[in-house]
Amino acid sequence: MLDIRKDFFANERDDNLNVIGKGIQRQDMPGHVTGRSRYFDDHAFEGLLHLKVVRSPHHHARIRSIDVGAAERAPGVKRILRAADVPVNKNTLLSLINFGKDDEPSLAVDKVRYKGEPVVAVIAESEAAAMAARKLVRVDYDVLPAVFDVEEALKPGAPVVNETYPHNYFEYHEKFDHQKLRFGDTEKAFGAADLVIEERYQTSPIEHAPTETNGTIAAPEQENRFVVHSCAQGLFFSLGTAAKILDLDSNRLHFIGGTVGGGFGGKVDSLTEPLAILGAMLTGRPVRYVLDREEEMLYGSPRGAERVYVKDGLMRDGRIIARHIRSYFDAGAYTRLSSYAAVKCTAHVPGPYWVPNVSSDIYVAYTNRCPSTAMRGFGITAADFALEVQMDKLAHAVNMDPMEFRILNAYRDGDMKAHRRVAKNTALIECVQVAAEKARWPLSDNARRQSSLEGGGQGERGQIPATPIDQRGQIGRPETRNAPATQMLPAGTMRIPLTKQPELEGSRDARPAAPNVPRYEPARPMAQPAVQAPAPLAPPPTAPPSPPGAAPPAAPAPAAQPQHGAMRFSSVFGTRRR
Amino acid sequence: MAKIPVQFRLNGSDRAAFTDAAENLLTTLRRGLNEFAPKYGCGQGTCGVCTVLIDGEPQLACLTLAVACEGRHVETASGLADGPNLHALQVAFMDNFAAQCGFCTPGMLMAARALLDRNPSPSREDVIEAIAGNICRCTGYEPIIRAILAAAGAHGQKRA
Amino acid sequence: MARHRGRGMASVNYPIGMNLGGDPSQALIHSNPDGKFTVALSAIDLGQGMKQVTRQVAAETLGVPIEDVYVDTADSDTGPHDMGSFASRGTHRMGNAVIAAAREARGVLLEAAAEELEVNAADLVTDGRGNIHVRGAPSRSITVRATAQAAQFKQGKTIAGRGIFLIPLSAVDPETGEMNPNTAFAHACLVADVEVDDETGEVTVLDMTSAYELGRALNPKMVEQQLVGGAWMGQSHVLFETPEPYYPNPDHGPRDFNEYLMPGPGDIAPYSVSVLERPAPDGPFGGKGPGEMCANPVLPAVANAVFNAVGVRVDELPITPEKVLRGIRANGGARPQARRGG
Repeated sequence: MLDIRKDFFANERDDNLNVIGKGIQRQDMPGHVTGRSRYFDDHAFEGLLHLKVVRSPHHHARIRSIDVGAAERAPGVKRILRAADVPVNKNTLLSLINFGKDDEPSLAVDKVRYKGEPVVAVIAESEAAAMAARKLVRVDYDVLPAVFDVEEALKPGAPVVNETYPHNYFEYHEKFDHQKLRFGDTEKAFGAADLVIEERYQTSPIEHAPTETNGTIAAPEQENRFVVHSCAQGLFFSLGTAAKILDLDSNRLHFIGGTVGGGFGGKVDSLTEPLAILGAMLTGRPVRYVLDREEEMLYGSPRGAERVYVKDGLMRDGRIIARHIRSYFDAGAYTRLSSYAAVKCTAHVPGPYWVPNVSSDIYVAYTNRCPSTAMRGFGITAADFALEVQMDKLAHAVNMDPMEFRILNAYRDGDMKAHRRVAKNTALIECVQVAAEKARWPLSDNARRQSSLEGGGQGERGQIPATPIDQRGQIGRPETRNAPATQMLPAGTMRIPLTKQPELEGSRDARPAAPNVPRYEPARPMAQPAVQAPAPLAPPPTAPPSPPGAAPPAAPAPAAQPQHGAMRFSSVFGTRRR
Repeated sequence: MAKIPVQFRLNGSDRAAFTDAAENLLTTLRRGLNEFAPKYGCGQGTCGVCTVLIDGEPQLACLTLAVACEGRHVETASGLADGPNLHALQVAFMDNFAAQCGFCTPGMLMAARALLDRNPSPSREDVIEAIAGNICRCTGYEPIIRAILAAAGAHGQKRA
Repeated sequence: MARHRGRGMASVNYPIGMNLGGDPSQALIHSNPDGKFTVALSAIDLGQGMKQVTRQVAAETLGVPIEDVYVDTADSDTGPHDMGSFASRGTHRMGNAVIAAAREARGVLLEAAAEELEVNAADLVTDGRGNIHVRGAPSRSITVRATAQAAQFKQGKTIAGRGIFLIPLSAVDPETGEMNPNTAFAHACLVADVEVDDETGEVTVLDMTSAYELGRALNPKMVEQQLVGGAWMGQSHVLFETPEPYYPNPDHGPRDFNEYLMPGPGDIAPYSVSVLERPAPDGPFGGKGPGEMCANPVLPAVANAVFNAVGVRVDELPITPEKVLRGIRANGGARPQARRGG
């Protein structure tokens, strides 16, 4: 099924390796086929309690009152968790790396912003008891108007979904309501193009749908800590999130995981850890919080829907001379990771092609639906769908073969990318050539001769063009959305320093010599006069080391006080001094 | 709910647990007997990760009442191997790299074993039908189908 | 009332690791007294094979047999910090951290062996089978096992290493979007052949063929697992899956696997993959990471193939039979396009 084309880029590789490049059996495979692999839920605990949450039935509503009395008295119920029980009840995942504002509660306080948002948690002796008891929780809501469409949400006057971002968009650089990309002059280039083609694409949310649902078992451990069996995709991300939300020192949390039944991005947000640990803290017993399949499907965050508008300026010979993308990420009710997606997508535009004029405006909009999160291809999948269908339409418009069209526009080593960085290590052309060959898709001789290693970076292709920049779309000022450009950046302008080379600590093939071992000192002054220390021996001889097998020279003691243990031990083994 | 004792054979050993009238076999196995090979994936019988054999028939433990197993023989992936000797299916799954996250694997193996026990020489279509109730989100199914066919081949060679 | 064949293609690249950097991974490696190594991580194996990839990287760097390396993950008490398994960062970032730790451990291993053999460490090589010997003089050798014992009990050395790999965080220009995006990109091109039934609107994927450039296939069997599984997920995305079939209207969403459709074992298409290797200058042995991109090109390739088959553009995913039929009806009938090759 898979063959490796060693003939490509052969002079850039040394294939003389021992185990790398071999299809060696996986370390975890024996565990998988014998049922011995341990996932988070495969741990036994005495006195295990089960947690289930009460969820909002409304897309958007104010909470008027919550009555848990009947639930508290229900059979098997041990504890009810309310918003007030959560020490830090507002968070966003990326706050751990200082990106974005805390905006999401673990349990709703005064408002629910999506259908399914957790309001109250019920902890009981069995899952069945918890599910029965949660039906007894009474929450009175005042339903509010909801907004579901990203472009509607961005219009002034739309219902405010998330008060942390009162205009329903994530705020970038404390300045703009979107993330920009500006490279060259797309407006001018559209005017010069033979054809201008603008299309709209829409992807829908997608569920990760791993066979293992999200869940956590948290239990008190010795030393006043909590052990947490987690399905998290980022162990320390989840540990840090829980420590923050529960106001615990991070070393009181012992997270165990590493074997997960499918993630695909759906186990990056800590959906269940904080409440499970809180339950263990407040009951003193192990607490298990696992999403059932319906919860995983409806309330486990999906890949966000994306709406992408692509506008291209095309010449009759097939060259794309301008590309503008306007795109909207549907974050749902809370930020989670969506803010990051827009930046990643910005870095991806215009795709693996050299286009002399590129611009994009990417928005992250809040709507009253389940918050979205990362999923396989985060920030890229929907953009690639839009871009590659667009490429097919463009090829069709100039009556060019789609494969040839890709090769014509492909980026090559040395081309300047739209982020003002030189493309390196490219290989798009070769992939197109090999796929065409395998699929028996005829390519012209010219297309078959092209190479990523040639033709890139020459002339205009290697330059940063002059670029008009603007102050459109300022936070809180929708009237600036259509403002004109305000400044022309000269060609060659770079304003962000290049990344310095990554450091590999430990990459030196040896360690520095260990420092002198400190001398032993008594804990208290001795009551009697000190024993007379032996006179220091002569310094070690500088003669070359004796051949193996010969008796070692006497090991001198550099200290004035007696050495214990180590010296005698090493003289038994014949330590040779350097 | 009042507790009820239930006794059955699990992978060849006599076992007993306290359950109740509404508890499903999956919960009894995992929480009552610390038998963690069958997994929870949906609780509704739509994903197959809880597939076990009950008296040789493939059943979904999440839809089977524990009390209905009284006196029966329940088999899970934990009991597939014969002591230290892996079953041909386990060997074939390994050789064909037919597991990634491994979560569907215990159920998939039991569905496959049920197939091979009744049809030692299945066609590709037979294999597909046998595992049609077992969802895998990782492999794309092709390596699993190949592994089962390979195990059938190995079985066939043993009998020949 | 016919079934029409069509083919479509897509070409993509994919950024490896967290886009702006700032996502470190650490590793700790140590040897037991017999020269068996443990790699302590907090990395997560979601099924993509993190444990095996890091195991091979460690064994290669240390120069010892694969059986003598075990990867232990994930425990926050014993595994050093790792950002996590997402953004296709695992092989690239964690692989590099493991190399750093393994190089340090290897350095001490060779120092210890050099002391036993009374040569310079620089003159020693490992044979990958458990022995260390003088370059060009294989008879002057010592086993890794004996070296480890000597180091521990005689010399007082720890055969251990630590490593971290971090690409420093990049800023982003607010007005231009200038940034230091990822340092490594993988590439792919995929061709999909489909059949569209113009009476039911159903799309069947008949065949897929692709070429992926991944830097280096550290374990080709595992690469195959990712690419085949990913293509299945791509097929599922483009034709089947959605929790909101009438997005942005949130109604009629599926609640379980009865309602959330994915292709089963009877719906899969034959898939042939070729892998190209253009090593990433900063990847572990040049490796990039195929974990996410393996689904992406399927979506547009199938959409383009549907257009090729019946002349309908479905620009909203998923491509359901309903959307295909509406398109055919709006066009006044199926309009097959010219097809290339096949």
